[in-house]
Amino acid sequence: MPLSNSPGVSDARDLIVVGAGVVGAACAYYAARSGLTVTVLDRGPVAGGTTGAGEGNLLVSDKEPGPELELALLSSRLWQELAEELPAGIEYEAKGGLVVASDAAGTAALRKFAAAQAEAGVTAEEVPADRLHDLEPHLAPGLGGGFHYPQDAQVQPALAAAHLLRASGARVRTGEEVTAVLTGAHGEVRGVRTTAGDLHAPHVVNAAGTWGGDVARLAGAHLPVLPRRGFVLVTEPLPRVVRHKVYAADYVADVASGSAALQTSAVVEGTPAGPVLIGASRERVGFDRTLSVEVLRRLAAQATELFPVLAKVRAIRTYAGFRPYLPDHLPAIGPDPRVPGLLHACGHEGAGIGLAPATGALIAAALTGRQPPVPLAPFRPDRFGPDRFGSDRFGSA
Amino acid sequence: MARDRNPADLVGADPGPPFEITFDGSAVTALPGQSVAAALWGAGILAWRTTRNGGRPRGAFCGIGQCYDCLATVNGEPNRRACLVPARPGDTVTTQEGHGHAGLAV
Amino acid sequence: MPGSPSEPHEPSEPYEPSEPYESAAPYEPSEPYDLAVIGAGPAGLAGAVTACELGLSVAVLDAAPQTGGQYFRHPAPGLGAARPQALHHDWSEFTALRGRFEASGVTHLPHHHVWTVRPPDGDGIWTVHALTGPDAHGGTPARVRARTILLATGAYERQLPFPGWTLPGVIGAGGAQAMLKSGLVLPGRRIVVAGSGPLLLAVASSLAAAGARVPAVVEASGYLGYARRPYALAAGPHKLLEAAVHGSALLRHRTPLRTRSAVTEAHGTDRVEAVTVSRLDRAWRPVPGTGRRIACDALAVGHGLVPQTELATGLGCATRRTPDGTHALALDALQESSVPGLWAAGETGGTGGWDLARTEGELAGIAVAARLRGLPALTRSRRARALARRRDRLRAFADVMAAAHAPGPGWTAWLPDDTDVCRCEEVTAGSIRGAAGALGARDARTVKLLTRAGMGWCQGRMCGAAVACLAAEGGRGGGRGDGAGGGAEGGTAQGTVPPSAERRPLAVPVPLGALADLPEESGRPGPPTDGPTADG
Repeated sequence: MPLSNSPGVSDARDLIVVGAGVVGAACAYYAARSGLTVTVLDRGPVAGGTTGAGEGNLLVSDKEPGPELELALLSSRLWQELAEELPAGIEYEAKGGLVVASDAAGTAALRKFAAAQAEAGVTAEEVPADRLHDLEPHLAPGLGGGFHYPQDAQVQPALAAAHLLRASGARVRTGEEVTAVLTGAHGEVRGVRTTAGDLHAPHVVNAAGTWGGDVARLAGAHLPVLPRRGFVLVTEPLPRVVRHKVYAADYVADVASGSAALQTSAVVEGTPAGPVLIGASRERVGFDRTLSVEVLRRLAAQATELFPVLAKVRAIRTYAGFRPYLPDHLPAIGPDPRVPGLLHACGHEGAGIGLAPATGALIAAALTGRQPPVPLAPFRPDRFGPDRFGSDRFGSA
Repeated sequence: MARDRNPADLVGADPGPPFEITFDGSAVTALPGQSVAAALWGAGILAWRTTRNGGRPRGAFCGIGQCYDCLATVNGEPNRRACLVPARPGDTVTTQEGHGHAGLAV
Repeated sequence: MPGSPSEPHEPSEPYEPSEPYESAAPYEPSEPYDLAVIGAGPAGLAGAVTACELGLSVAVLDAAPQTGGQYFRHPAPGLGAARPQALHHDWSEFTALRGRFEASGVTHLPHHHVWTVRPPDGDGIWTVHALTGPDAHGGTPARVRARTILLATGAYERQLPFPGWTLPGVIGAGGAQAMLKSGLVLPGRRIVVAGSGPLLLAVASSLAAAGARVPAVVEASGYLGYARRPYALAAGPHKLLEAAVHGSALLRHRTPLRTRSAVTEAHGTDRVEAVTVSRLDRAWRPVPGTGRRIACDALAVGHGLVPQTELATGLGCATRRTPDGTHALALDALQESSVPGLWAAGETGGTGGWDLARTEGELAGIAVAARLRGLPALTRSRRARALARRRDRLRAFADVMAAAHAPGPGWTAWLPDDTDVCRCEEVTAGSIRGAAGALGARDARTVKLLTRAGMGWCQGRMCGAAVACLAAEGGRGGGRGDGAGGGAEGGTAQGTVPPSAERRPLAVPVPLGALADLPEESGRPGPPTDGPTADG
């Protein structure tokens, strides 16, 4: 991968992607495959933002029928292709998800949810209470039942981003912050100004994740991306004690909620490297990275409730990440009608790793004038305010 | 001559009665107040763990509880820091293989 | 003590021998202490005693069973050591400090491993979370609340990897010293001592005094740095005396000191049998053809100390870069960190030896008492001013020493691609260079994400310095090819190791069951800010 940090004015040819997380990497990858010449910029390192704090969930199980599920199903297929094309180092595992309910009522709710998903193309198999332990021997006794989602999968997100970038052949410039979006006489994008100089290209993709609102603002566009904090607990290395991505039914409700208050619902999964990862908490507390003992307490309590064997296992690490949250829980993907040449690919909240390839494919289609593989309309970036210099109607909560 | 000296002589040690622990089934003599790692060193044993990827032998490295290289299985419990855990009469120390949790595998 | 601002306290629950974690409610804290000191080495003891004597209620938490920290680590009572001073300089000064401590009424909480410190939440009270037991494996979680915190958590040893450094019998220089001081044991009979820094001489003379043959002390720098700063040197006569004592002990044991040299390989299959010692150039690159093999059955190696700061950096405390390339806490003239209410003393604020640690601890104790008792004049007293002057003098001397032993940028030339750098996760130099090259990692955190280096049990304490160097080299490894890499511009910033900015929010591994059993904190939201962050 060519690397350069030389100052001055340079020509990026076709496309500048702002953000070297997994979404930016996927945009670069699919744009390059469409024949475009791409430069990726990031003020931090590769995968230095939310990607590096992610668990690598590629989920369809937590999504209700609708545009996000369509995106997730497309991504699910694309990740399978990528798993063939990229090195094994991305740790793609088609492990499947297992959603469990604590009682019969919860199971009934899951059944209803799964039935609707099935109509949208999701495979979901009911697992009666007495068969749960065939799938997960260490699960707690007495659960109500669950659903197995074979399409759920996992990657190691930082490695996935790094390998996507490398495979894209894009020029990658890290440690270089975008300070302005350059525009022409008619307001059209001409490139960006960075801490290292000006870079010209007719198209700029905002893949800045949780910081996507800042990049949009540089172009004079309103995009109300807010951080939604999550903690992950990482255990000591273990053999495979958890086979699937296992989570409790209330996770789905937490994902869909817009509340700023703390919500936790354990998502437990093993990794090829050994440690078990435990998510997921959600709270809107700005970019506060400091440890919350209460969040850790809740995650540990819920995880050990699902898997009592974990009580004696030690957490050796924890980290926080900031999901890029948009008020309707859908990402902003596609051209911004307010700023010709500007495209957005951000605001994926907790699903950015999973939705990255479909996002990249949509961006590449938009850039090359091809029919998008799924409709773009629900992801319109200007849906939060049509005016180019509009007021912050959805300003910080 | 230096070679005739030993640490106990140097500090005028008059330890309490020695006791036995076992390492992989063999008896090892320990002194009251010694850590498991010190007792093993005293018996000339420098390795009591194998790494989980390469299977390489490891023992005490930093000596102050920071490196976790000295993890041992003590009385059946894996991942005890041998440089911190005091040896007690009858302790059974076994070479820990990798993560030490093979029994949990599914 | 008149005017004591708070009531006496219940002592901590007695510790019972540890079993694997069994669910047990953490004991509820008593009334908050005025001061919680973390670390019972010279800095912590001096701070605690001073604050207590000035009327504060004080608790000291420490992982070890006995006071003394690493420097004054000494045999457990069961070993019946009649002359512990044989392994320590200044032993009588320590016993005097310990005597004051024991008579002071300070609550001593041994076997308390602090895993996080949480700041006050409106009530002005800090919370210190600890796990009890000899190795924090089981036991009862403990919480101690206090109005102020003094961090005196000391340091651990910096390691620069080389082929064979994971062999049994290769141990930290400080580790060999610690095992000798506490357990009266040696790792072998013929022990090479290598690395850099003043600790090496102390270790070599202890090992020799305890009966080991020390065929060589191998020091990577040249001690020339000392001579460049005669003023600061003159300010540290005690240190020079100490060096002279070690030097004469080494002479007595016929131990040669090889400067500008390093162990560039340890040989053996299941344990170390010999080492190769090579000459180094000014940048610490090994000079080809100078390798000499020395037979040994153990190697004690270390490259100075790394301040143990994670409890503070997790709270957002500012750090400063030390002259030998580590991160220490940035402290004001009265030892307070950038986070009000949190003071630090000793190696946490930069390596400097026990005398400096004690001086800083005492000064911090005065400063805490002045704050809590509303007596700012205490900090302007003759005693406080004398302590501050002494602190400045010793700190200046410590900085000169640190600069003299700072790793040169060329050391990675002795690190071939197949050598494990991360001991826990067995990550080789080659894979780290690969991440720093083709995958574009430029810092230790990204390397960690891409390779797992630093993600294991020790959380990067052993490999952090090396990973930071390799990341900064961007994959241009000195160990690849025939020493082509690693020139002054090919290495890291001239003469220094880039500090690793790793965070360790959990300073100690915590059983999930212990976390789950913590008392619920109802609805404590974080600060409602949408401020900027360094990431992105």
